[in-house]
Amino acid sequence: MKPLFSLVMLALLATLSLRLAPLLQPGEELGQVAAHYASQGLVDNRGSNLVTSVVVNYRGFDTLGEVVVLFLSVTGIGFVLRRRQGLVLPAPVPASELVRTGSYLLLAPVLLFGAYIFIHGHLTPGGGFQGGAVVASAVLMMLLANRDRHLPHGLLSWIESLSGFAYVLVGFVGLFAAGSFLANRVPLGQWGDLFSAGLIPVIYVLIGLKVGTELSALLDQMTHSAEPEVKREGSR
Amino acid sequence: MILIDIFVGAIMLAAAAAAMWVRNLVSAVILVGVVSLAASFIFLRLGAPDVAMTEAAIGSALSTVIFLIVVRRTESHEKGPEVQR
Repeated sequence: MKPLFSLVMLALLATLSLRLAPLLQPGEELGQVAAHYASQGLVDNRGSNLVTSVVVNYRGFDTLGEVVVLFLSVTGIGFVLRRRQGLVLPAPVPASELVRTGSYLLLAPVLLFGAYIFIHGHLTPGGGFQGGAVVASAVLMMLLANRDRHLPHGLLSWIESLSGFAYVLVGFVGLFAAGSFLANRVPLGQWGDLFSAGLIPVIYVLIGLKVGTELSALLDQMTHSAEPEVKREGSR
Repeated sequence: MILIDIFVGAIMLAAAAAAMWVRNLVSAVILVGVVSLAASFIFLRLGAPDVAMTEAAIGSALSTVIFLIVVRRTESHEKGPEVQR
């Protein structure tokens, strides 16, 4: 019964794809909105990175939604993992000399690289999400090297909440000062400078901090999930 | 140059198929990470460095590690043919 069902589903999917495939030809030219973004994106926001210009400015509200989705999923994982405290695990095996030395050697450069990615989000490829993920991998290396280390969850949730709050605040400042949510109406600065492109670097630093702390807290919770912890923040 | 793309795409397909067939969960997780890494390379070749960075950082680094943590946790509790598949 089960293989038959899978085969029927596969056949349905194949016919559907075959029917839809001719409709999915790439367009010859950009649509009106896309053409405006492509031609005006670098002029409107004076960043060197068109992708960032679209993601953070024109579609800043959607990015806020993405951040909220990430926040909710991490909160859900925290909620689920907190319930499994009765499990008894063997004590963590201490990390080997190689892992420890390598992690301590790489920790600072990787952390710096993550910060660089989200601070330079408007100039170079990458941005808050990518930088935050790189920061989280640095934190992961630290956790792997030192197995019984715990991250300060209170501090992490403060940073995370404050940066999320500041993102919304920046949006409302745009709403009241310039008439639209997240409007980029501050002095734009010189092309290619670190302090340019208006609010984009501000928002990307906030997103970077938020994503980095969120993912770090998630990794910490996952690596220590089964150990009984008395002091755990109720908000996470 | 298109040979490189075909080669990396073949690696992707092979790793994805192997991830389904392999019996060891840890190997399967690593193979899924290989798929992500090859995908990020292809994104880079298509001129989307932003997406490539996301795929490399999230897909092949963080989610692989999270899966590995989960595999270790679950294996240490439930041992049986169902888990090892």
